[in-house]
Amino acid sequence: MPSEARKALFEPLVANNPVALQILGICSALAVTTQLSASLIMCLALISVTAFSNLFISLVRNHIPSSIRIIVQMTIIASLVIVVDQVLKAYAYGISKQLAVFVGLIITNCIVMGRAEAYAMKNGPWNSFLDGIGNGLGYSLILIIVATVRELFGSGSILGYQILSPVSDGGWYIPNGLMLLAPSAFIIIGLTIWAIRAFYPEQVEKPDFEIQHAHNTAEHAKAGGAR
Amino acid sequence: MTMKNSKFSISNRSRQGGFFHLPNDNMVKTIGVATLLCLVCSIIVSGAAIVLKPQQVANKLLDKKKNILLVAGISDETKTVAELFTQVEARIVNMSTGEFTDAVDAVTFDQRKAANDAEYRVALDKSQDIASVGAISKYGNVYLVRDGDDVSKIILPISGYGLWSTMYGFIALESDARTVSGITFYEHAETPGLGGEIDNKKWQASWDGKQIVDSQGKPVLSLVKGGVTQNTPDAEYKVDGLAGATLTSNGVSNLIKFWMGEDAFGPYLERVRSATDQVSAVTSINSEKG
Repeated sequence: MPSEARKALFEPLVANNPVALQILGICSALAVTTQLSASLIMCLALISVTAFSNLFISLVRNHIPSSIRIIVQMTIIASLVIVVDQVLKAYAYGISKQLAVFVGLIITNCIVMGRAEAYAMKNGPWNSFLDGIGNGLGYSLILIIVATVRELFGSGSILGYQILSPVSDGGWYIPNGLMLLAPSAFIIIGLTIWAIRAFYPEQVEKPDFEIQHAHNTAEHAKAGGAR
Repeated sequence: MTMKNSKFSISNRSRQGGFFHLPNDNMVKTIGVATLLCLVCSIIVSGAAIVLKPQQVANKLLDKKKNILLVAGISDETKTVAELFTQVEARIVNMSTGEFTDAVDAVTFDQRKAANDAEYRVALDKSQDIASVGAISKYGNVYLVRDGDDVSKIILPISGYGLWSTMYGFIALESDARTVSGITFYEHAETPGLGGEIDNKKWQASWDGKQIVDSQGKPVLSLVKGGVTQNTPDAEYKVDGLAGATLTSNGVSNLIKFWMGEDAFGPYLERVRSATDQVSAVTSINSEKG
């Protein structure tokens, strides 16, 4: 595989993760991660939308008038999302009911649009396709981590199989209700970002401003105490 | 893959000159590209919708049947939903008279959809509409589970507003039209872990044997705070409320009161009750004679 293609496919996984580094697609990462099975379907839906929207936009990129380029991208993305939504309703009805409106909201997922604008408009179809898959996988990675933690501690199960038997069924585990609510996803995404940046310190942003040490604080305190 | 092909044909034609050789900023090209794109996309979208429609409709129907079987307590791993559903008979009830009617097809009629259909819609005023459903259909779906010739269970669709969403479900009653034998919700968007516990199988099981109406036939079953045990006074009219979900619990109480009441299935249930009372009166007379 040529290096450009490899970079397009693998770089978004950890080194340039759309969720963890670019902080995109957070909304759906909060909404669909209470159960792992729903998250997996959401990941598949997003991967296929990003990959094919990148492919098609890249194919017509030389003919897109710059004045309507965002609308053209949105139209292609929206059509793909509707097709994916229809397919899910036909072949994965139970899951599509769980995902409800969030499949439709892939249209507004910044990852899809971001990749179309930043990559597919400038690169060839094949690399754009791989870039779409790569970014979809990067998003999926975070979603799977968040959903595994939330489902395990929120309902004591993984993919619907009971791992920790909850008190309500005569077991010992008291399910953590917070895990089923959206804020827990923020906490888990935050911890994941922390972990990734511990291994990739170059991802840590420079602080917007630094506190200036005008005085030596220790001496200052001593002086204050003496007074 | 029609989209892919069409895109390829665009780039082929562009090599031959003409429209696609125009500069991208050209007004004609801008409008042309927009029109072409809309055309291609609309064909794909409508194509997908039409091709997949039969499968989607079948899924919806299957899902509904599954929920009806679930609330009826009919389950058999070895049989398909369609086979099991042969025990269930779909009927249509005229809400105001409580009589069965053949005015619409019992299998395809959907009271939820009909509530928005001008032909069947019956608007409710504020004082009637305790479950915040807005309007109901003048015909209601009733599913009867047959045990030989006798009806063993009556299954009724219910819906009502909780905290965030309208909750849709089914309630199963014993043949006496008084005793609850099961309840299930198949669609809602209540808070997971709190109001969402209406999905909890254990809580749903606590409905079994509860009485929906008092001796005067008034719907009285409601959710109450604090546990309900056998020692609770009037325990047969009370179901344990959901912890931390007062508004969802109130919503469930209201929807039971509404759908079992006189504005919805009340007249029908009243008929069933008086019929069974007569039958049991007859049988008790017979047994006295015997």
